[in-house]
Amino acid sequence: MKLYLKIWRQSDAASEGKLVDYELDNVIPHMSFLEMMDTLNEQLILKGDRPVEFDHDCREGICGQCGMMINGQAHGPIANLTTCQLHMREFKDGDTIYVEPFRAVAFPIKRDLRVDRSAFDRIIMAGGFVSVNTGQAPEANGIPITHEQAESAFDSAACIGCGACVATCKNSSAALFTSAKISHLAKLPQGKMESRKRVQSMVKQMDDENFGHCSNTEACEVECPQQISVLNIARMNWEYSISSVLKK
Amino acid sequence: MDSKNRASTLMRKTLMALTGLFLCFFLVIHLLGNLQLLLPAEQAKQSFNGYSQLLSGNIFIKIISYVLYASIIIHCLDALVITLKNNKTAGKYAVDNRGKASRWYSRNMGILGTLILIFLVFHFKDFWYQYKFGSLPKDENGHKDLYAIVIAAYQDWWYVLFYVLSMFALGYHLLHGFYSAARSLGLYHPKYVSWVRVFGIGYCYIITIGFAIIPIYIYLTQHVLWN
Repeated sequence: MKLYLKIWRQSDAASEGKLVDYELDNVIPHMSFLEMMDTLNEQLILKGDRPVEFDHDCREGICGQCGMMINGQAHGPIANLTTCQLHMREFKDGDTIYVEPFRAVAFPIKRDLRVDRSAFDRIIMAGGFVSVNTGQAPEANGIPITHEQAESAFDSAACIGCGACVATCKNSSAALFTSAKISHLAKLPQGKMESRKRVQSMVKQMDDENFGHCSNTEACEVECPQQISVLNIARMNWEYSISSVLKK
Repeated sequence: MDSKNRASTLMRKTLMALTGLFLCFFLVIHLLGNLQLLLPAEQAKQSFNGYSQLLSGNIFIKIISYVLYASIIIHCLDALVITLKNNKTAGKYAVDNRGKASRWYSRNMGILGTLILIFLVFHFKDFWYQYKFGSLPKDENGHKDLYAIVIAAYQDWWYVLFYVLSMFALGYHLLHGFYSAARSLGLYHPKYVSWVRVFGIGYCYIITIGFAIIPIYIYLTQHVLWN
């Protein structure tokens, strides 16, 4: 396959970026999108150019590190998929592919396709934890909890924090990410005790980080590699309203 | 930026939901009143003018009307604040195909809302202002003849078209708005969420078709059926 790539190049956070044209021959359809990017970088290095920087880690679709805007869609044209799990067979010979970083005011670009998602870390630091010393691994059946409850909490906990929800949101809202973390802990007995305080501080941090409002377009759920449900957002709204009313 | 008492993004959305749902409730009452216009002409006149007189004299209705004006204003101002903030937080792409992941009307509530607001300016000017401050003729029962004003208004096809198109803007606004309001207020139980979605779609069809059919019906009875 031959591909025409238009890739966002930006040398650092302060400088202006632009789309740069590249041509790439001998792309194998079985390559993942990131392997295609590796092939391009190999060429660039051999030519003495600076390779395109992008985030990646496990390349198994579970770590949440990779993330690019491919042809104007978060993680590319397939719904519920990470960039590393996107394969070149989804594209045709001679296609032009636009590659941009995930964009949001809260996600400043560091270089090329690499963005600073530490705003997510600070939201977690604001309350995404249980503040007791858990010690050794406890006896699994020590705390009575139904299978359904555990599964439901796990569905929320499955968020890998890739940032596709923010990238695809027209307002760059972090509602899906924040609500998944809030719901995950609110659904478990260990987390429930602090849920009111947690929702207040995490939402405050989310707002302070300059994420936008949630318009309930539900695009985030469509693009989310883990299919985190938008009903988590509803639960966050509920928890937040209740905790605001009952706040002393 | 991080002042302690700043309204949160969630609070602003809750306010949108509460005012929006009140306006949804008002639309039902408004539609039920307006459906009297579909009665045979003489009966419609008696009934509609009498109903208008009844509403304008009732203190309870007066209180509700102030809540209504407040809701419209707060809904618009809150939307403005939310949109301005969103414009500041949103990322901009050189190539943007994000629209494939959501419905267009859910992304363009502001545009639909603005169309509805423009419609409301004309709607208030032509009926509300006329009834409250204009010098209306009286019908045989001594009621202000709002019916005559309504019939006169819908004589022009372009005015009817403007109304019908505005109702479609309203319809799409409600199609997202009703369901979205339930989400913003925190309805997270999957069973009731799907009930609200179905109810919201039904509500939206009834409101849109109900309001759109009135000017069409009046225009047709005046221009086609009786001539």
